[in-house]
Amino acid sequence: MSVLTGSAPRGLRPGKGVARPRRTIVLGTGLALLALLLVAATGLSLVVGSGHVALHDVVDGVFTPDRSVRGQLVIQEVRLPRTLAGLLAGVALGLAGTVIQGLTRNPLADPGLLGVNAGAAVFVVFAISVLSLTEPGQYIWFGFLGACLATVLVYGIGSLGREGATPVKLALAGAATTAVLSSMTSAMLLTDSQTFDQFRFWQVGALGGRDIDVLRQALPFVVVGGLLANAMGPRLNGLALGDDVARGLGQRLSTTRVLGAASVVLLCGAATAVAGPLGFVGLAVPHAARLVTGPDYRWILPYSALLAPTLLLLADVVGRVVARPGEVQVGVVTAALGCVPFILLVRRSARAAL
Amino acid sequence: MNGLDTMAEQPTAAEAAARLGRLRRHRRRGFGAVCLVLLLAVLTALLVSLCTGDIALPVGDVWDTLLGGGDAGSRFVVVELRLPRALLALLVGFAFGLSGAVFQALLRNPLASPDVIGVSSGAAAAAVPASMVYGVSGIALSGTALVGALAAGAGVYLLAWRRGINGQRLVLIGVGVGTGLSSIVSYLMTRSEVTEAQSAFVWLAGSLNGRSWPQFWPLFGAVVVLAPLTLLGSRALPALQLGDGTAAGLGARVERDRLVLLGCATALAGVATAAAGPVGFVAFVSPPIARRLLPGHGAALLPAALTGSALVGLADLAGQHALPHTQLPVGLVTGVVGAPYLLWLLARANRVGQGG
Repeated sequence: MSVLTGSAPRGLRPGKGVARPRRTIVLGTGLALLALLLVAATGLSLVVGSGHVALHDVVDGVFTPDRSVRGQLVIQEVRLPRTLAGLLAGVALGLAGTVIQGLTRNPLADPGLLGVNAGAAVFVVFAISVLSLTEPGQYIWFGFLGACLATVLVYGIGSLGREGATPVKLALAGAATTAVLSSMTSAMLLTDSQTFDQFRFWQVGALGGRDIDVLRQALPFVVVGGLLANAMGPRLNGLALGDDVARGLGQRLSTTRVLGAASVVLLCGAATAVAGPLGFVGLAVPHAARLVTGPDYRWILPYSALLAPTLLLLADVVGRVVARPGEVQVGVVTAALGCVPFILLVRRSARAAL
Repeated sequence: MNGLDTMAEQPTAAEAAARLGRLRRHRRRGFGAVCLVLLLAVLTALLVSLCTGDIALPVGDVWDTLLGGGDAGSRFVVVELRLPRALLALLVGFAFGLSGAVFQALLRNPLASPDVIGVSSGAAAAAVPASMVYGVSGIALSGTALVGALAAGAGVYLLAWRRGINGQRLVLIGVGVGTGLSSIVSYLMTRSEVTEAQSAFVWLAGSLNGRSWPQFWPLFGAVVVLAPLTLLGSRALPALQLGDGTAAGLGARVERDRLVLLGCATALAGVATAAAGPVGFVAFVSPPIARRLLPGHGAALLPAALTGSALVGLADLAGQHALPHTQLPVGLVTGVVGAPYLLWLLARANRVGQGG
């Protein structure tokens, strides 16, 4: 029922019962705890690594870096960019996944769905294979471009016709576009084993080796997209009741869909630029958040925004430790570790419904 | 609205029955016509793939060879190389199309397909390590893939069981299991030699290169058993699509019927994957195409299966001959051939209710 109250105009809200404020307090406390957890994960990601760095060097390396000290150099050059990459990509993926699930009303929707990852992949492969770009700092912007173009394409096809971009049409158009683009990617890769060699590492998704410049460039996209996504809560609540009810409540559906798609493009494009096509996070995190918060998107959005980077950073830490001296890419670890709690959550919950 | 109109005109019972009969005949004719066209497409794909190749053969020669005539060379080319591969393509498409249609109808989600539910990931997570680490190949690899697919399907079903099955829970758990299993594959892909990873990549895309009778007969046997069973079980599908409560109220034995259908769909996807690898997008793309060709016919299982056949048949043809000197794996072409068609159908649909 909280969906109803959430999207109704102010005058129609039921009088403040006992349940509502208490619910707000509980969920607000949960959000604060989650924020603490994220801070802890960030700290862990700075402290733990393949080489040992003393704790005071970690602190100095972050706040007053002295590059002549080896430990502080490691923090500045390796762990700080990596942690920031995890934070950026995590926030972006968590929010984008939530918005897409709300827009398409499909529990299977994730950033991969609107063709975003496939579009990014096709452009990255093109950049590596045809334009011979080898530095991640160069080819990831092709990924961003591809993500944008794919989303525009999917949205354009999905919104043709009288009733506009219905959830089913969006989902089908997204999956079909993904099919075309990823086939093209694969075809290019099969004929070019050198590109394949680079691409297979990009494809699983990783946080390591990111240039701090890339992060600086991706930051504004995440900020704008994130603000937009967080403002979408009431609109997504209305959409969850079905197109007709949302329209009846005074919503302009086309505006909602355009705003949603815009935030998804900004967020997913930036996340893909930073970390490659990470799949599972954007799908699983909104579901996990929904189990705690219930169906109110005004809560699901901030919960997802905090939960996703926590998951990503912890997975990255595990990936550094588990296969020393080498490391396992964060995409592999999130999938391998994330699937177990995800299955348990879905099993335990009576209200996995969207 | 129709009910009100007929009430107003007060037709006799005979008139009403005649009108209903006309309506049903019309629907049946539409169904028959679409199936016929799809069948024609399938046969065309078969015929063209028998005739074309490095050695082009006229239709007459191919026909003679199939009837037992022809010289030894053309008999080898047609009977040993082209016929099994073409038939295998059609059968693989049939199995994937049928399987996808059942999954999408039963789970009431247009994105559900064996690739999403974890079945294909199960096959991949069994087959890729088997071939990379233990050097398994040929029929043993097919067997491994089948075992993996079935085990993943059974695991998803058991994990999703909580005093019954809920379609949405099954889908989400399928995604979870599939993700976990495919992380094994992606780990191996980043840890192995490039050449090994690339050959695994071809298998993962789904390929009919070098497939022949040894792969065909097991698949044929399995489809002959499973397809009628699925179509028989699908009589419960319209009721199940209304939701569990309504279905039980209509007299369906919900859990049993659903288990039969899920089992058949998983097995179909499993045997097809064993024969050709997890050919992408066929199971996802064929059912919505069939549904759009036949709006109002529900799940349209048989048309979906035939669409799958035509799709894989044409895709393999294109994959073999589109680029000189390269045989593209069929799984890469199915996406390029099938998905734009679906996009076109989507763009054309402008009436409410055609979205699904």
